[in-house]
Amino acid sequence: MSSVLDSPLPVPFDEAVEALALPVCGVSVRAGFPSPADDFVVERLDIMQLLVKHPQATYFWRVRGDSMQDAGIEDGSIIVVDRAVRPKHGCIVVALIDGECTVKYLYQRAGRMKLRAANPTYPDIIPRESQTVQVWGVVRGCVKLFATS
Amino acid sequence: MYALVDGNNFYVSCERVFRPSLDGRPVVVLSNNDGCAIARSNEAKALGIKMGAPWFQIRHLEETEGLVALSANFTLYGDMSDRMMSVAAGLGPVQEIYSIDESFIGLQGVRGDLTQRSRAIRERIDRWVGIPCGVGIGQTKTLAKLANYIAKTAERKPGSYPKELSQVCNLTTLPAQDLDDVLAATLVEEVWGVGRKIAAQLHEGGIHTVLDLARMDPATIRRRWRVVLERTVRELQGMQCIDLDDAPAPKKEIACTRSFGQAITELPPLVEAVSEFASRAAEKLRKQGSLASQLLVFAHTSPFRPGPRFNKSVVVPLRRPTADTGKLVWAAAMGMRRMYEPGYKMAKAGVMLLDLVPGSVLQGELNLEEEDQRDRTKLMVALDALNGRYGKGTVHSASTGGTNKGKDWGMKQERRTPQYTTRWEDMPVARA
Repeated sequence: MSSVLDSPLPVPFDEAVEALALPVCGVSVRAGFPSPADDFVVERLDIMQLLVKHPQATYFWRVRGDSMQDAGIEDGSIIVVDRAVRPKHGCIVVALIDGECTVKYLYQRAGRMKLRAANPTYPDIIPRESQTVQVWGVVRGCVKLFATS
Repeated sequence: MYALVDGNNFYVSCERVFRPSLDGRPVVVLSNNDGCAIARSNEAKALGIKMGAPWFQIRHLEETEGLVALSANFTLYGDMSDRMMSVAAGLGPVQEIYSIDESFIGLQGVRGDLTQRSRAIRERIDRWVGIPCGVGIGQTKTLAKLANYIAKTAERKPGSYPKELSQVCNLTTLPAQDLDDVLAATLVEEVWGVGRKIAAQLHEGGIHTVLDLARMDPATIRRRWRVVLERTVRELQGMQCIDLDDAPAPKKEIACTRSFGQAITELPPLVEAVSEFASRAAEKLRKQGSLASQLLVFAHTSPFRPGPRFNKSVVVPLRRPTADTGKLVWAAAMGMRRMYEPGYKMAKAGVMLLDLVPGSVLQGELNLEEEDQRDRTKLMVALDALNGRYGKGTVHSASTGGTNKGKDWGMKQERRTPQYTTRWEDMPVARA
């Protein structure tokens, strides 16, 4: 990474997705009595702050398939993919192989590179000579919604 | 000093972010109703496909050359533009968004090596957003635009210009002789604001290259052509005379944006502002005899002030291509209402008319409609006047279009890709 990128350029950050409002716990409020916490108003926890570090570089993908289930990424999960993060050994990535996008662990050791599944029934993907593997982005998080009714 | 940051083959590049299998293939994006090509990948350009080529004329290339044609997905392009623009804003203190894929960055006061900084920002847009860009730097907007053309051409056609000008071209650091060489290698028609007609006249008068034009005496130019071309010549000579407001209209869309004198937090003045922008853009649109098929409205907070950040845009498809002030104002107001959220200090807003088609195309088919539109425009002028006298809101209630909105907006878009970044149902899919 060049030194210019490391310097704090004034890159504006874009709250692209509506904030999720969750109240901060820890202070109980009694009715009819002014809360002593009124002078210490803080912002509510916003789950987007956890999931999105670089709004311009963050994209959501739907996952199909069960090769990553032992990593907690199941069929139907939504993954949060951050293209601003440099892919490193051990990251979960969205990678391009033969024009298709796949989610896998990135293995990069001793000059060798493979894509590893998190499910023992799937073999590692070891790129052949003619194949190129390109990392599209690094998976920062995973969202799963459960039935509520 | 200015930089112009411009996405390469922007619409095609947006599509390729989510369909990497399109890399290296000839791709075109088709206008509203799949009529003609409004964006071409380099491979499609190499096949000889011209801008605006009708689809029926190039359709056979699907079979023979593997041409991929996609319907325009302006919702996607609007979101990708937003991302690109907000990263590009990091290049300097002032940003003027000129069109969906181009923005000028004022570089006054930026220290350090501007070329290197531009390369870093260019690389960041490419990696973060996925859009390859060209960056041109020059003393004036006309020179920045020219530098941008050189940066892109040097990348696309190796050998046309020195290799080091590829992707990022900074004309301000070139030694005088090298600058002359570069200008002499560029034809006058590539200069911003030199139209086809003027270019032909210039060639006739023996002025072939940008260097020839830059060496002309501005007074002579003014006598034969108009002040507009005189300004262009002065700009080529390094004297700033073009503000964004009197900048030549972009080819594919018309933009009208402005920074607010003071931050706006309430919805009504924002609606008012974009309504005014839409009216002005509609005037420009009518002046050049075009119709718009989509309207993009955006607003953002200042990237340089503390406080919560807002940076959104909405694309409103129009039922039919139109130049009707009333309809465009309605679309802009609706877009603003939809994206507005309280609690932000908006520093800038704007309206962009997209997917322009020539007005003549529709006049033949829809004579009655055309007459109706003319009447509506007069009505809108009257309503604007009323609005000014009796207060805001009058125009909006009258131009809302009532109950028929949302219905039969369906356009012929058989080849449209999903709205990957703006609809949960349309998210791209990764295999696991």
